[in-house]
Amino acid sequence: MIRWLLLLLGGALLGGIVHLATIIILPRTATQDAYSRLAAKAPVDTMTPIAAPTPESALLPFMDPAFASAVCRYDLSQGSLKLSVPVGLAYTSISFYTHHDVAYYAINDRAAGRRVIELNLMTAEQHSKMPEDEEITAADRLIVESPTLTGLIAIRVLAPEPGLMPMAQGIIAASRCVRDDQPRASD
Amino acid sequence: MRLLFGTLFALVVAATVGLGATYLALSRGAAFGPLKIGSWTAWPKTGTADADPYARASIARTGRLPTALGDGVAFTARADDHGRAFDGRCEVRLTGVTPAARFWTLTLYNRGGELVANSLNRYGFTSQEIVRRADGSFQITISPRANPGNWLPTGGVEKYILVLRLYDTAVGVSTKAGREVPMPSVTTGRCP
Repeated sequence: MIRWLLLLLGGALLGGIVHLATIIILPRTATQDAYSRLAAKAPVDTMTPIAAPTPESALLPFMDPAFASAVCRYDLSQGSLKLSVPVGLAYTSISFYTHHDVAYYAINDRAAGRRVIELNLMTAEQHSKMPEDEEITAADRLIVESPTLTGLIAIRVLAPEPGLMPMAQGIIAASRCVRDDQPRASD
Repeated sequence: MRLLFGTLFALVVAATVGLGATYLALSRGAAFGPLKIGSWTAWPKTGTADADPYARASIARTGRLPTALGDGVAFTARADDHGRAFDGRCEVRLTGVTPAARFWTLTLYNRGGELVANSLNRYGFTSQEIVRRADGSFQITISPRANPGNWLPTGGVEKYILVLRLYDTAVGVSTKAGREVPMPSVTTGRCP
């Protein structure tokens, strides 16, 4: 009897380890996470508008139907990224996600406080390689450091009423996300 | 022989306990540091780089992009204030006010996170579409049949989830449930 109880206890302890291991490994093995779903639709370093969710089709679960949205799937291994999003009358937000869909940074139109939100996305290494005087001109440009080489940027514009959806989609259409490989001296 | 059976028994227990706990944790959407106000629950930390392993696993499993904390906070409700799970055939009333935020949206999803088809093609409300009382409070009726005022159709679906997202708000990781964060009360009314 004692022997079986001990085996049960041992099994339960081992079960705890199995539980923790599966929880930690799961994000690495997921094939249906947001990044994988978007990877099929969104080319690298390009702004891709995402169709508003409908009951019949939605690219991702739990999308907010009041928003017009776009994603930019980035790969920083070839260089940094430039992002520009015009600010309209309604709420606009830019959220940054790692390859495993963890949000590491977000900014909205009011926090940016200007007509066009312009920012540069780079790795910590690329940031440290920037020349000193660049830092000064960079003061009026926002620099975001990505913890991973690849990831997602989601741009969302609120349509406070359904009639304002074309306006929100217009802002999305005017947003740009391009690899920043022009020579730096030109700006 | 006894050793073999013993080992097998322990391994079966380990697999059941381990995988069962993982399944339960993911289907409940468990993570550390929930912010519970009435029937509403949010995990503000899930929208940050400090998201715990449970939050990360849940994000990967559902396939959603979490609302980043700098963007807003998403509150989810699956049941009313008395713990009764939402039933799309019943009339559910949301009454009260929301915490201060520049905008908020309320959306109805099925358990899988998809919108629910209905004749109006209305899947939720934004804070600007709501008709309010003189004191700024509002009431939203969520029911299968048309109602005067702010009516959100359920499409007759059996179970659903309500998500109230606050955008550009001070509610966050350090928020404690209390008077500063009033969430609308949720009550189930008439049921067929």
